[in-house]
Amino acid sequence: MLLRPFLRLVALCLAMLTPLAASAQTLEELVTQLPAGSYDDRAAVVAEIAATGDPRALAVLEALLEGELEQRNSDGRIVIVGGTRRAPTGTDALTGEDLGELGRRATERIRVNNSLRRTIRTAMGVMTLRDPDPARRLAAAEAALRSPAVEQLDALDAAMQAEELDYIREAQTLAHAATILASDADTDTKLDAVAVISGASALTVQSTLNAYRAAEDPALAAAVADAIEAAERRQALWGQAQNLWFGLSLGSVLLLAAIGLAITFGVMGVINLAHGELVMLGAYTTFLVQETIRTHAPEYFGWSLAIAVPLAFLFVGAVGVAIERGIVRHLYGRPLETLLATWGVSLILQQAVRSVFGPTNREVGTPDWMSGAFQLGEMTVTWPRVAIVIFSLTVFFGLLLTMRYSAMGLQMRAVTQNRAMAANLGIRTGRVDALTFGLGAGIAGLAGVALSQIDNVSPNLGQSYIIDSFLVVVFGGVGNLWGTLAAAMSLGVANKFLEPWAGAVLGKILILIFIILFIQKRPRGLFPQRGRAAEG
Amino acid sequence: MSKLIDLRMGLFLAALFIVTVLVPIASTLDQGSALSIPSYLIPLMGKYLCYAILAVALDLCWGYAGILSLGHGAFFALGGYAIGMHLMREIGARGVYANPDLPDFMVFLGWNELPWFWYGFDWFPFAAVMALLVPGALAFVFGWFAFRSRVSGVYLSIITQALTFALLLAFFRNEMGFGGNNGLTDFRDVLGFSLSAPSTRIALFVLTAIALAACLLIAKAITVSKAGKVLVAVRDAESRTRFMGYRVENYSVFVFTVSAMMAGLAGALYVPQVGIINPGEFAPANSIEIVVWVALGGRGTLVGAAIGALVVVAVESWLTANFPDLWLFALGALFIIVVLWMPNGLLGLVEKLRLRRKPAPDPNTETPA
Repeated sequence: MLLRPFLRLVALCLAMLTPLAASAQTLEELVTQLPAGSYDDRAAVVAEIAATGDPRALAVLEALLEGELEQRNSDGRIVIVGGTRRAPTGTDALTGEDLGELGRRATERIRVNNSLRRTIRTAMGVMTLRDPDPARRLAAAEAALRSPAVEQLDALDAAMQAEELDYIREAQTLAHAATILASDADTDTKLDAVAVISGASALTVQSTLNAYRAAEDPALAAAVADAIEAAERRQALWGQAQNLWFGLSLGSVLLLAAIGLAITFGVMGVINLAHGELVMLGAYTTFLVQETIRTHAPEYFGWSLAIAVPLAFLFVGAVGVAIERGIVRHLYGRPLETLLATWGVSLILQQAVRSVFGPTNREVGTPDWMSGAFQLGEMTVTWPRVAIVIFSLTVFFGLLLTMRYSAMGLQMRAVTQNRAMAANLGIRTGRVDALTFGLGAGIAGLAGVALSQIDNVSPNLGQSYIIDSFLVVVFGGVGNLWGTLAAAMSLGVANKFLEPWAGAVLGKILILIFIILFIQKRPRGLFPQRGRAAEG
Repeated sequence: MSKLIDLRMGLFLAALFIVTVLVPIASTLDQGSALSIPSYLIPLMGKYLCYAILAVALDLCWGYAGILSLGHGAFFALGGYAIGMHLMREIGARGVYANPDLPDFMVFLGWNELPWFWYGFDWFPFAAVMALLVPGALAFVFGWFAFRSRVSGVYLSIITQALTFALLLAFFRNEMGFGGNNGLTDFRDVLGFSLSAPSTRIALFVLTAIALAACLLIAKAITVSKAGKVLVAVRDAESRTRFMGYRVENYSVFVFTVSAMMAGLAGALYVPQVGIINPGEFAPANSIEIVVWVALGGRGTLVGAAIGALVVVAVESWLTANFPDLWLFALGALFIIVVLWMPNGLLGLVEKLRLRRKPAPDPNTETPA
């Protein structure tokens, strides 16, 4: 049992180490030998095919691996079969000549089994190590790292010497070191290899070195254990960084959802329970914009979010002004009644959206420029998260500057601080109220655009955020934008740090309990407003 | 006595009494008779009465003490869970897995023994006491912390909402040992009487009606007492009441706890009639709906709250059966209309019409405000 794979290995090694002997046979001859014999015979032929170094061989091996390599019954020609099952078409495996339709029973598949597939992959790996395409070279080096095969050692060595691109040479060096560990090289060489590998990412170190923890050589085993431990320490550290990053990005989402509320609730003192539904309207605006672009101008899809942002702000802001003028205006100074009326508004908005768009999730796409990820140290950072963090901070500081430096912001603050005095100074308080509420609503719309990228766009979207956003505002201190920022970020980070050991749901419950207790202790939040205005 | 049973209360209790007597009679009539009530309607009406109790409970703390709790659904659900646990134990070995020691869902989760907090629920009196005690204790602890630190108004509303939201999340977890997502269901009988038998249904209905009457009277007794006057003072001018030397927080905690226990009672009567209790009852939206019942009926009228609950729930049943899309529009509009144009609810409207029909009162005789 053990002998067969060993023989195949030997054959492969021989084939590679003695290229002269192998090239005695041309690719054409070798390929015709494929159908005959047992799987082991086929493995030997595969090794020889790889050893020819012929650029056409890769396509043949790939077809063989995929089970697309077949032999035509009429003339024994080896063909790569494509097309459908019903109407297979063929091309000559070597010349690439189009053979047209083949007929359903005209060809016989060249069968492969799992161990043969492994042999083929190794052989292809060796070939692709020198592929002219850098992406394929890199993939081959990474594959060699994942499953080091001793027979590739020389090929890797040669590839490293010839490689001109640094990042590929790094991957090849790692693969080379991993292969040395798998070989029967002496201890010093292997220790060097361990040193090389320990410089790689923690995951690579662990996956590559774990098998050698129990190495017979004590020096080697110690070095491996050290390297793995160092990698684990590094990973734990980066894990914390990752938690922090996830926490900040969750905090940004909370901030986006809460910041509009910080205006309506914090500045105006209006409990707007329809805030979540305003966020939902923003998300549906994004959906509509994308739908329109898809049907009329699909080439501008990358701009869809940029178009949705101002539209959502204006549309949801207008809805907000309508709510303020229609309902909230009559209820100033009666917070509990406002709460009930806006809850009614939220039910109506929810049902309206459900009637128009249906109760199911709608598909909102992510533009290409925002998808993908990059590697930072030991952690993977996805672009949508980066975009949301940047977006929410932009909105936050934009709002802060508006409140502090614009004429409208000045009027808003004047009206909230002393309505009668502001009116006496000629500020049209009713108009300012409507605009302030509209501003808060518009920001909810902006939040909707962002949330459509990370959450399901459904009529229930708003409900999942409303409680969180209220807690953020109350926790941070009503009427204080900086407090909202601090509260959102700290709750986001705390949530993500609790999650690993408490689980997502329990973590959330703990946070809720914490906030409930916190409000008992400090009813005015983290950063209470000072002065007479704060006395309720 | 006359302070306890005024005209409105008297009319309502009389109507409730007549219904409670007539419904069992009508349900035992021959099915062909025009006046007969099908057996399946009785638990439905019992459910409505449970909601009425819940509304009275909320009116007691919102209408009279100004504590707008957006988490009363939590107390209701906790009472329901307490009785549900007992009903679960009564199933015994008749469950799907025929396990005499464990409820079905625990067998399904692969648990080997009963969690400690299920001990005692085999015994009905224990479960019945727990149905009042657990919501009461939670309300006491929560209220004690909240009112002592002078959390009031909107802030209190928001943290009660957070409370019920936290409980919602917690009860969804299978690890909690309350049946997770599916809750507790498949009940067979209560105290040996089959839950599907018409006689049991009638008994539960009558019991619920009595409980409603009792809750109304207890609430009324509290509000007409001296403590009730202090509560109204707290509602209208909390700081002033405090300055006059009253311990505002004690009154608030008291009324909040009583109210929570009433809500627990409503939940306890609700579960055997509906046959299921699941975490959905903790949903914040449910708790807010209770508020609209009270607001529609008339805040601070007790009887009005009960009527409001009955009206809204009846309309809801009818609308969701006939025009399911319209229900949320109607409920949303109701919230807005009540708040904007009917600040005193239905009873306030009735009062207004009555006053309008009467000639202007003689300025020399004192009229109640």
